[in-house]
Amino acid sequence: MTDAPDLVCRDLVKEFDQFRAVDHVSFEVPQGSFFSILGPSGCGKTTLLRMIAGFQAPSDGELLIKGKSMIGVPPNKRPVSMVFQHLALFPTMNIGDNVGFGLRQRGVNRTDIKKRVEEVLARVGLPGTSGRRVDQLSGGQRQRVAIARCMILEPDLLLLDEPLGALDLKLREHMKLELKALQHEFGTTFVYITHDQSEALVMSDNVAVMNHGRFEQIGSPHDIYYKPATAFVAGFVGDANRFSARVKGSSEESLILETEAGSTMEVEAKMADLNVGQHAQVFLRPEAIELAKSKEQITGNSNVTSGTVTSVLFNGANSMVALRETGSGATLNVALPQTGAFSDLSEGDEIFASWHPTKARCYPGDGA
Amino acid sequence: MKKTAISSVIIATAFVAQSAHSETLRLLTWGGYAPDEVIAKFEEETGHTVEVTTSNNEEMIAKLRATNGGGFDLAQPSQDRIASAQEEFGIYKPIDMSKVQADLFIPSMLSATAANSTFDGEVYGLPHVWGTSGLVVNTAEAGDIKDYADLCDASVSGKVSYRLKRPTLIGFAYSMGLDPFAAYGDTDAYQGILDQVEAKLTECKPNVKTYWEGGDEIKNLLRSGEVVASMAWDTGGWQLNADNPDITFVAPEAGALGWIDTFVLPARGRADDAAYDWINFVMRPEVAAMITNTAGNFTAAVDGDAGVNADLKARYQGSFDQQAIDNIKWYPPVPAGLETLEGATLDRVNAAN
Amino acid sequence: MSRDASKLGFYLLLAPLLLWLVLLIILPHIGLFVVSVSEKVGVREYEIGLGNYAAFFTEPLYWRTFARTAIMSILATGLTLILGFPIAYYIAKLTKGRTKTTLFLMCMIPFWVSELVRTYGWMILLRESGVFSSFLQYVGLASGPVEMLYNDAAIMVGLVYTSILFMVVPLVTTLDSLDDSLIEAGYDLGGSSFSILREIVIPHAMPGIVSGCIVVFMLSLGNYLTPILLGGKDSLWFTGMIYTQFITRFNWELGSAFGFLLLALSSVLVFVGLKLSRQSLSGTMGR
Repeated sequence: MTDAPDLVCRDLVKEFDQFRAVDHVSFEVPQGSFFSILGPSGCGKTTLLRMIAGFQAPSDGELLIKGKSMIGVPPNKRPVSMVFQHLALFPTMNIGDNVGFGLRQRGVNRTDIKKRVEEVLARVGLPGTSGRRVDQLSGGQRQRVAIARCMILEPDLLLLDEPLGALDLKLREHMKLELKALQHEFGTTFVYITHDQSEALVMSDNVAVMNHGRFEQIGSPHDIYYKPATAFVAGFVGDANRFSARVKGSSEESLILETEAGSTMEVEAKMADLNVGQHAQVFLRPEAIELAKSKEQITGNSNVTSGTVTSVLFNGANSMVALRETGSGATLNVALPQTGAFSDLSEGDEIFASWHPTKARCYPGDGA
Repeated sequence: MKKTAISSVIIATAFVAQSAHSETLRLLTWGGYAPDEVIAKFEEETGHTVEVTTSNNEEMIAKLRATNGGGFDLAQPSQDRIASAQEEFGIYKPIDMSKVQADLFIPSMLSATAANSTFDGEVYGLPHVWGTSGLVVNTAEAGDIKDYADLCDASVSGKVSYRLKRPTLIGFAYSMGLDPFAAYGDTDAYQGILDQVEAKLTECKPNVKTYWEGGDEIKNLLRSGEVVASMAWDTGGWQLNADNPDITFVAPEAGALGWIDTFVLPARGRADDAAYDWINFVMRPEVAAMITNTAGNFTAAVDGDAGVNADLKARYQGSFDQQAIDNIKWYPPVPAGLETLEGATLDRVNAAN
Repeated sequence: MSRDASKLGFYLLLAPLLLWLVLLIILPHIGLFVVSVSEKVGVREYEIGLGNYAAFFTEPLYWRTFARTAIMSILATGLTLILGFPIAYYIAKLTKGRTKTTLFLMCMIPFWVSELVRTYGWMILLRESGVFSSFLQYVGLASGPVEMLYNDAAIMVGLVYTSILFMVVPLVTTLDSLDDSLIEAGYDLGGSSFSILREIVIPHAMPGIVSGCIVVFMLSLGNYLTPILLGGKDSLWFTGMIYTQFITRFNWELGSAFGFLLLALSSVLVFVGLKLSRQSLSGTMGR
């Protein structure tokens, strides 16, 4: 086995008549990993995936799978399989024929196909369903059939085009875990595209965040969440309070910023290369803010403010409270601690909020 | 001249008196038998209106049979198709001779048609237009074709066309020295003749380019030179002769087949008066000549040929000398049931390979 | 009150359908059937019997003509499918928007003139002194005039031309409903163009194929003008035979029996076709 990554893209470009859908994208996906491409709709992620699958030819750049260039190789000759957005199970065939389709194309004999279809169906947890029709299965079961149909070919790379989009929320949560488990079980490299950050964060070894045809950041889910490289990533991944501000002062350790609404905050200086007078974007996650009933209870956090509760959004463990800052009138979303403290908050209550300078992210620009 | 003018005025006044009310005449006839100018003149003179439906013998009978003799006030089938159709389907009503100006008709034709169209002692038909079918030949290419059976000659192989209908059977029978009309009354004898003709037509089949179905089709085939010899109506040959002097109608040695198209009253016709008015109108010599000029065939009207244009007369005389006229085989009435035998023969010829 | 009104509305809507069924379908067929079981025994004398139907089976000419007509119609249907499928696939899958509409219209334009005119058009092209023959002589492929009319091939050309629209329309409809991702999935799983056509496209298009074939088969079987005008001296067609019985032979009884036999035998053929293609009539026509 070579050490070459399963998938390598170098300066991949796709031009359409009016615009450039994919703009000099480079990345590598190591063998056996789960790689997600996360981005809003229209960011070019589907085009990128279709180039990897072979349905679209890149305008420029290199595309290697297992070290071999795939430029000019038609989709039916690539060691790649794809799970389509709406799964694309063949409605005119039963489950067994669907799963066995790829092997039939390879000319494998009938008894072997039958055996291997049963095996792979058993591995995805659907033993004995090969005689059923597609419309007799539930959404989650079809998902697994679609994966089985690809995995039976033992592809080097499995591409997944937002396959969970059509499922309801509960099933989607369940399938996230199941997909991850299946990837683990088969040990195949997965390339997964989605606009749902939670899918990307939960399942992936690595996530690429894509916007306007470019990769904004590639990194582990942890890095993407906690150390977003750009303002776009910080805003797109996870919730955040966002402030447009101007640098008022700087020191070795920290920057002093004044928001447009007029409040002042301190942020760790190494976050961004900013000088006094420059515009900046500040992102602050709701869970990074601590609440306190009185000023005395706050320790260690240098940014302290007070506000009035304007609404309480109860959502179990993800409950939030919205505050109106007393001084600036800006809205601040704060996550309620899961300990159950502050569960008695209600509209109109006065409360203090504080956060540490290291918790906020700060980027140059006015973030129009 | 003056006398004719006066008499026509008298006749006209007589018409007006006769048809006190105007009617709509629904006429079922052949193409060319009711030219627009004749209709216009008739409508002006009598106040009736005329609606024309053009058809052929078989369709006329089929149409009248479908309505039990309704839907039309006057029809014009050939004289040989009257008595048997009346016997089978009862679709006509007898002619009231008192309403017909018999002196307008050539007496010999009037009496012959009356004899042929009599059923149960009643006369059902009056003669109108007569003509023949024989050979239409491109004399430059196929000058040797003088008789029906010559169509099977190797010299015209692939350039021959005729219909797969009863006149073909009868023409070939005469050409083979048989007498089918004499055998009309004897089914077995007639079947014997048909069998011989069937053998001949089957043998002849490779010579045939196609069996033609409509008058325009055969004229196109002859005009384009794709067919050089055919069995067809005299008028078709004369029309083609006007464009190409090589093509003309040839009266076959065995005799041209003569037909007379008649006037009959459908059993459930509603405008008998208008129908008689039409008959008496179109049999006038000058109107008969107008019809001859458009239809190409002569009529049974006394002096009807006087006003016919000279070209047509010349073509007629070119095709028929006195001997050929005497040799015309006039269709006698077809006995009921004979057409079934003929149909089976024609089907077998059609299917033969 | 409102219940009565809605009932009235229901019957008012039902009335045209019932009138159509009873007056134009059921009554004429009853009449035709009564005629078809009358045997002529003499002048204006008829007896009830199945002699006319027996004649069809005992006279080889009749059933051979029917068999010939059916086989030629099946052949014409097959040819129409082979020609129509690529056209429909192109329209449904490879074009969009205006081009699609234009192509669709181009398929329909020949149907704005009457069948007679269309058939005469083919006669002008195919006849010995016609366009194709002159062209072949002009380019030197033929030394003399070539007759392409008056044979079974000419009938076939005419039939395919007359019915291709009725094949293309249902095919375009079903192929339009085929999700492109199914074809892509086929390629992605290693399928060749041929195996995708065979395993994915054709099974999906089957209802369209079958309904198109039924319509084209029935149209060909019931065609009268095309075989008469383009066909040769051996080209018998069953509808022509029915016409002959009704009009030139005055034999309505046999003609009616032939009409019923045409109805029954073609229904049997369609039924067999449905069974062979494992489709149901409601599945193909009820779309």
